[in-house]
Amino acid sequence: MTSTETQPAGPDAGSAPDAPVLEVTDLHVTFPAAGQGRDVHAVRGVSYQLRRGEILGIVGESGSGKSVSSLAAMGLLPEYAEVTGSVRLHGRELLGLDDRQLAKVRGRTISMVFQDPLSALTPVYTVGDQLAEAVRVHNPDLPKAQAAARAVELLRLVGIPNAEQRYRAFPHEFSGGMRQRVMIAMAMANDPDVIICDEPTTALDVTIQAQILEVLKTAQRETGAAIVMITHDLGVVAGFVDRVLVMYAGRPVELGTVDDVYYRTRMPYTMGLLGSVPRLDFQDKAPLVPIKGTPPSLSDLPPGCPFAPRCPLVREECTTGEPPLVRVGAETHQAACVRAAEIEANEWTAADIYPVPEIPEDAAAGTPREDREVVLEVDDLIKHHPLMKGAVFKRRVGTVYAVDGISFDIRERETLGLVGESGCGKSTTLMEILSLNAPQRGRVVVLGRESGRLGWRDRFAVRREVQVVFQDPMSSLDPRMPVFDIIAEPLRTHGHPREALRSRVHELLRLVGLEPAHATRYPAEFSGGQRQRIGIARALALEPRLLVLDEPVSALDVSIQAGVINLLDELKARLGLSYLFVAHDLSVIRHLADRVAVMYLGRIVEIGDVDAIYGAPAHPYTQALLSAIPIPDPEKERSRTHIVLEGDLPNPANPPSGCRFRTRCQKFRQLGDDERQRCLDEEPAVIPLAGAADHGAACHYAEERELL
Amino acid sequence: MSMSAERAAVVTGPGPEGGDETRVPGRWSAVGRQMLRTRRVVLGIGLIAGLAAVSWIGPLVSPWEFGDRDFAAFLQPPSPDHWFGTDNTGRDIFTITMVGMQKSLIIGLLAAVITTVLAAIVGSFAGYFLGATDKVLMWITDLALVLPSFLILAILYPALRGQGWLIFVLLLAAFAWMVTAKMVRGMTISLKEREYVLAARYMGVPAWKIIFRHIIPNMSSLLIVDATINVSSAIIAETSLSYFGFGVQAPDVSLGSLIALGARQAVTHPWTFVFCTGLLVILVLAVNLVGDGLRDALDPQSKSRRI
Repeated sequence: MTSTETQPAGPDAGSAPDAPVLEVTDLHVTFPAAGQGRDVHAVRGVSYQLRRGEILGIVGESGSGKSVSSLAAMGLLPEYAEVTGSVRLHGRELLGLDDRQLAKVRGRTISMVFQDPLSALTPVYTVGDQLAEAVRVHNPDLPKAQAAARAVELLRLVGIPNAEQRYRAFPHEFSGGMRQRVMIAMAMANDPDVIICDEPTTALDVTIQAQILEVLKTAQRETGAAIVMITHDLGVVAGFVDRVLVMYAGRPVELGTVDDVYYRTRMPYTMGLLGSVPRLDFQDKAPLVPIKGTPPSLSDLPPGCPFAPRCPLVREECTTGEPPLVRVGAETHQAACVRAAEIEANEWTAADIYPVPEIPEDAAAGTPREDREVVLEVDDLIKHHPLMKGAVFKRRVGTVYAVDGISFDIRERETLGLVGESGCGKSTTLMEILSLNAPQRGRVVVLGRESGRLGWRDRFAVRREVQVVFQDPMSSLDPRMPVFDIIAEPLRTHGHPREALRSRVHELLRLVGLEPAHATRYPAEFSGGQRQRIGIARALALEPRLLVLDEPVSALDVSIQAGVINLLDELKARLGLSYLFVAHDLSVIRHLADRVAVMYLGRIVEIGDVDAIYGAPAHPYTQALLSAIPIPDPEKERSRTHIVLEGDLPNPANPPSGCRFRTRCQKFRQLGDDERQRCLDEEPAVIPLAGAADHGAACHYAEERELL
Repeated sequence: MSMSAERAAVVTGPGPEGGDETRVPGRWSAVGRQMLRTRRVVLGIGLIAGLAAVSWIGPLVSPWEFGDRDFAAFLQPPSPDHWFGTDNTGRDIFTITMVGMQKSLIIGLLAAVITTVLAAIVGSFAGYFLGATDKVLMWITDLALVLPSFLILAILYPALRGQGWLIFVLLLAAFAWMVTAKMVRGMTISLKEREYVLAARYMGVPAWKIIFRHIIPNMSSLLIVDATINVSSAIIAETSLSYFGFGVQAPDVSLGSLIALGARQAVTHPWTFVFCTGLLVILVLAVNLVGDGLRDALDPQSKSRRI
């Protein structure tokens, strides 16, 4: 390191080399209630130790207190929060320090990377100045020029190309991934001993996530810092961390090395969590293991183990007192369950203790694809948005090629997964299909009727057959309508007999696993998963034949997500639905879909049978995408080599010539000049691969490659 | 309201499933119950009802008729004979204040309701459909906005004088809806991108139904606050017009014209000013209380809502 002397000599840093850098003991955080409400006990007794250079993963679902506990350690909670316990950094107590003393520690010995890189940088200063400020704030004597030089060095370290020029760029000129790199650079600016990363990759696409994880590894190598990695993604944890702390309802419920926690799980909650993740690397479509119920309210906890109401192994003693973390098996492995020893002795796994839901066999599974009716056909669809400039006289200055000539079809009782990173045009495609208007070019044929050539009456009839489930369960239900009216709306619109309205709504609620009594409540009273079920009930009300799902599970926690995925699976088999399933999560698609279409910059780059594509992807982008997704299996994850793509998605208003992926393509880099010329000049079309029944890729040099 | 009627049919209809089903109360009855549970609303409605009752019953109880003049008592302070005192021409202030309040109540409430309804409809249609509809409606709005409303009212009023006060209410409303309409339009543009609006559109609900079912109810807090403000601004607009002699005309009185009259001698003869002004304050306060409570009742996310 060329930087100046920034390493603070902790009181006992030299004396005991193995002493923990950060030691959190019995941390409690309570948010006192306003008015007559109850206090919220967000964190209830978290203890962990972090040694030099160690990476600790804290996993848990939303509301489990994982972020609050680290914010408390940094002293970043609002003043009204009551924090008790002890947080020691190099043996020095941090709790109770005033803001000025804490400011000396923050950013210097302990620093943080936040989830949202969009709001973490000040928009009015250049990125470089903000970085230089971070350096100078802890080294006021450092000359400005040196701080700037250090900032450039940091930018280069986190992989920002042309660091000298980019130093003078403003945050809005950076993409999300680039901003997160800057945040990491800022966090490592003063060679901290601890870096806390609060969901650093959650807001980013998978290929960018892979880049950021690489950068974090670099940061750790360069600074030798210990990292606390807070995430809900069990895949990220598997490959990245040394030890895992699983949190539930504000308490740690299992702590141990990654292998112990993943392979010798001793707490039913952790088992459920691991069992509920759809796996990218599993070919068979066994139903996922959903954990029944929802996490308890942190203001009104049951007296015993907080997981007891959802636990399949619950016994009487579980409801009397909260079990402490006790050692199970290996020395470093602890679990908070009264039956941990029993689990240990019997070597139970998630499949043994959780009742796996029965999902009926699809009756049409045997019918070959060609014999089934085409439900949706999209042929050469384009959607271009004009870019306008000027206030009074608008003129067209460019075109955003949101969707640029895509074709696919969906047969009866089939699920097509449409995947791609944000900005690839998958949602635009959906909206074009659902609008039932004439497309700018190409054809959209829904149930044999072509969009844009329908009369008012036909169009209304088609609407009945095609329904949609949206991504965000918060905004997809009218907050001012009780659930009954929400579900009854399509029925009323399409003239369902009034007498049967109530029984139909109740039937639908039961179908999606809710109770008829819920009909009187408002959406705000439901959890995310329940709202998504209401959305599904509404979509199913008219017994449609095609259900369009726009990222229906991406806003949900994994244990809830598993229930919704199972529900979708079951409904498809029971009601004979066809799905057009849009998602960015390839694991979910593998679990649900029969066929997959991968999109990149408004084009389909690879399409075909789900097993063919996941088994042996042929397009370099699909390969990179699959390789970038972390698998929640530590051993597999360690032995994998990730293809890390360079750079960001190009601007869709100005796509590269020829093949759109060539600017980031790993294959392109290996080609000779003559071969490259073809990628530069000629846009590849989707060509069926030789020897595969249903598999096509849009690459001049497509080559199947096994990855998983 | 056809929706609530339909809902009522659902509730009262014989349930084929038997007793385990819970009743599904309609949306408006739920709002109503919620409203009545809020103390402010009850207080506000009570106050308005009380004021209305007093203003209509008062003149009947009072020994003096509206046109009467007591030539033995000019500008006398309150006494058992004249409860609120008398004015310059010997009129009984209690009687004329009550009659004035009748007018003000009707003009204020009616003008506010018409203004808000007009603004909601124009704004939401312009914002939902955009394109040509938006151009035309916004052109009309802008036109109404740049017209000097006070002058137009002053010019039009003599021609319409014989038509009664209803015309006056309509005129007041016609020049007060524009700013709200623009706000509503902006909110509609953002609301129409919400997924529940898209969902309704993709299930084939006609546009006007979407507007009345999803868009306007989701702006209700804005509209209610706006209507509340409009009540007071309508009363004030009426006051200033009356002050210049264009509003409520001489034999007729309103709180506005009385305040204008009393303001000149507020210091020397406070009873000519205090009572009408005080009643105006109480009236506006009561309307605000109702508005506040309604906003909470209509907003399921509102903090003060307790289920």
